[in-house]
Amino acid sequence: MDSFLLISVVKAAVVFAVLMTTLAYLQWVERKVIAHIQVRPGPYRVGPHGLLQPLADVIKLLTKEDLIPPYVNKPLYLLAPFLAITMALLSISVIPFGPTIEIGGVRTWMQLTDLNIGVLFVLAVSSMGVYGIVLAGWASNNKYSLIGGLRSTAQMISYELPLSLAIASPLLISNTLSLRELVERQAGGIWSWNVFHGPFPQVFSFIIFLIAAFAETNRVPFDLPEAENELVAGFHTEYSSMKFASFFMAEYANMITVSCMATLLFLGGWVAPWPARYGSSLVPVAIFAMAGLVALYHGSRPARRRDRYSLPAFGILFLIAAAVFLLPIVQAWLLPLFWFCAKTGAILFAFMWVRGTLPRFRYDQLMGFTWKFLFPAAMLNLLVTGFLVAWVS
Amino acid sequence: MNAVPISWFLTLSAVLFVLGVAGFVFRRNIITVFMSIELMLNAVNLSFVTFSYQLKKVDGHLFTFFVMVVAAAEAAVGLAIILTVFKNRSSLNIDDVDTMKD
Amino acid sequence: MDVILFLVFAILAVACAINVVVQTHPISSALSLVGVMCSLAVLYLLLGAEFIAAAQVIVYAGAIMVLFVFVIMLLNAGAEVRKGRSVMAQTLGAPLLVALLGLMAYFVQRLFPRGDSVRFGGFTGGSALDIGRALFTTYLLPFEVTSILILIAIIGAVVLARKELE
Repeated sequence: MDSFLLISVVKAAVVFAVLMTTLAYLQWVERKVIAHIQVRPGPYRVGPHGLLQPLADVIKLLTKEDLIPPYVNKPLYLLAPFLAITMALLSISVIPFGPTIEIGGVRTWMQLTDLNIGVLFVLAVSSMGVYGIVLAGWASNNKYSLIGGLRSTAQMISYELPLSLAIASPLLISNTLSLRELVERQAGGIWSWNVFHGPFPQVFSFIIFLIAAFAETNRVPFDLPEAENELVAGFHTEYSSMKFASFFMAEYANMITVSCMATLLFLGGWVAPWPARYGSSLVPVAIFAMAGLVALYHGSRPARRRDRYSLPAFGILFLIAAAVFLLPIVQAWLLPLFWFCAKTGAILFAFMWVRGTLPRFRYDQLMGFTWKFLFPAAMLNLLVTGFLVAWVS
Repeated sequence: MNAVPISWFLTLSAVLFVLGVAGFVFRRNIITVFMSIELMLNAVNLSFVTFSYQLKKVDGHLFTFFVMVVAAAEAAVGLAIILTVFKNRSSLNIDDVDTMKD
Repeated sequence: MDVILFLVFAILAVACAINVVVQTHPISSALSLVGVMCSLAVLYLLLGAEFIAAAQVIVYAGAIMVLFVFVIMLLNAGAEVRKGRSVMAQTLGAPLLVALLGLMAYFVQRLFPRGDSVRFGGFTGGSALDIGRALFTTYLLPFEVTSILILIAIIGAVVLARKELE
């Protein structure tokens, strides 16, 4: 009992620390990705390649004046960002990052807790997250915030339907609601993943899930609740300092959760695309070694003077990482973690890519799209999957 | 003392139900009255699930499930009616909706 | 442990329920009701109804109550004006309610003596599998009827809302 408590506390602390760092750096990555899409360097001043920019942002947000406008509904105004960030971080607690690991004779899962109804838990928590945005919009007592809040309510209720239906069809194939078992049923390689596997490959359901996920996280092209050219900043217009940062972090935490869910439901979680005996364990080594060599090459003939030391340093770091992946002791838990992060990262990159590419929808287009196209498509997909699963078994 | 008597759950359900009735009787805002009905439904759901535990059968859960479905349908229609009432009378007071009395 | 869990969430539920009735502003009432529903979901977990607990949060707190909050915000409903309450409701209401509560509590104590008790994990038949099996065998007809009910509700809501738009 005591060791269980200790392990849980340690795991929670590790996950929290990693998640917070990821949240801060995800924003840096996003700024860089969008900058490169738009052919500009992005953050570059603070630290090498702007790597210390998240730190500077955190200090800026913490030291800003925390202003509470006099006309707001104070208790709800204060509750809203708290609710948003809590619900966004809560769902990470059931996400499994890898199989069991053994450290110092203690075996444990790379997951905070496994629920029999893990998928439903994530859905429930994310559906409670709406209240953060709605209350922020209402309590601010500002017409732009109110319109933003109303838009997000309607949008999130509407897109929850195709999202749930898209989740239901891989569950039909995997036959479980526990996220850990979900991954175990997809073990074996790329053709056992739900997106390609089974009587009916879930490609459509995967695409529907991603589209609905963009809307649920209020991302471009569905960021109507904070459309800055019509609504100033939407539901968080009146928020400043740490309260604004909470909404910001909640958005990124939701993105991470949704990407993790897509990975677990459709892409086989931490399972490698092909078995280790055909060399899948060498992929991370190759990637890191290549990145290290490229960095060393560019460091030897720097385009800018400041790159002369930073690029070789990064090159050596990447080479060390590549070497670490060759150690048999850490391979057992590092490889699943690598594949999980790689898949989640690819989906997160898609989020940023879309943001850099697509314009925003008009509001009636947004609602028409989900009710007239996405929802029937998800329904049809579920129907076909159900029939084929019943026919095969 | 590690187990909760089943009567506690049922008493809690009774308390919630009575509070729902109180809201239904005393409040004048249509939306709040509607929410009191939801509170009563929730109280009844708790009894269903408790009885399900007592009898070690899943049937109570099924009834709760059906109550939820009915509540969802009821909320959709009820709120649409409230919208129409508000549009015609620009008031949410339940005492203003008394044309049928005369 | 079970007793503490029950007491915490039961008190939370009752406090939120009182708040639903007492608050004058509908949005505060709605949020308190969300609190009631979430605490009830925890109590459902205690009773071994994991699927119902999740459905409670998803359907009740996450969909129905969001709809309520949406309508309250859309109509910009203000705080309730306390006026025109009938004398009979004022004088007789509270005593009658207390009598009703007392009656129900009496029957509960009478019918369920303290011998029966709830322990976490004492009933595990509430998983999604069991519910699905019962839903599609014993309760197939009611299930199909509710789907028609939902269809009727959708059509009704659309008809009412259309009239409002014109």
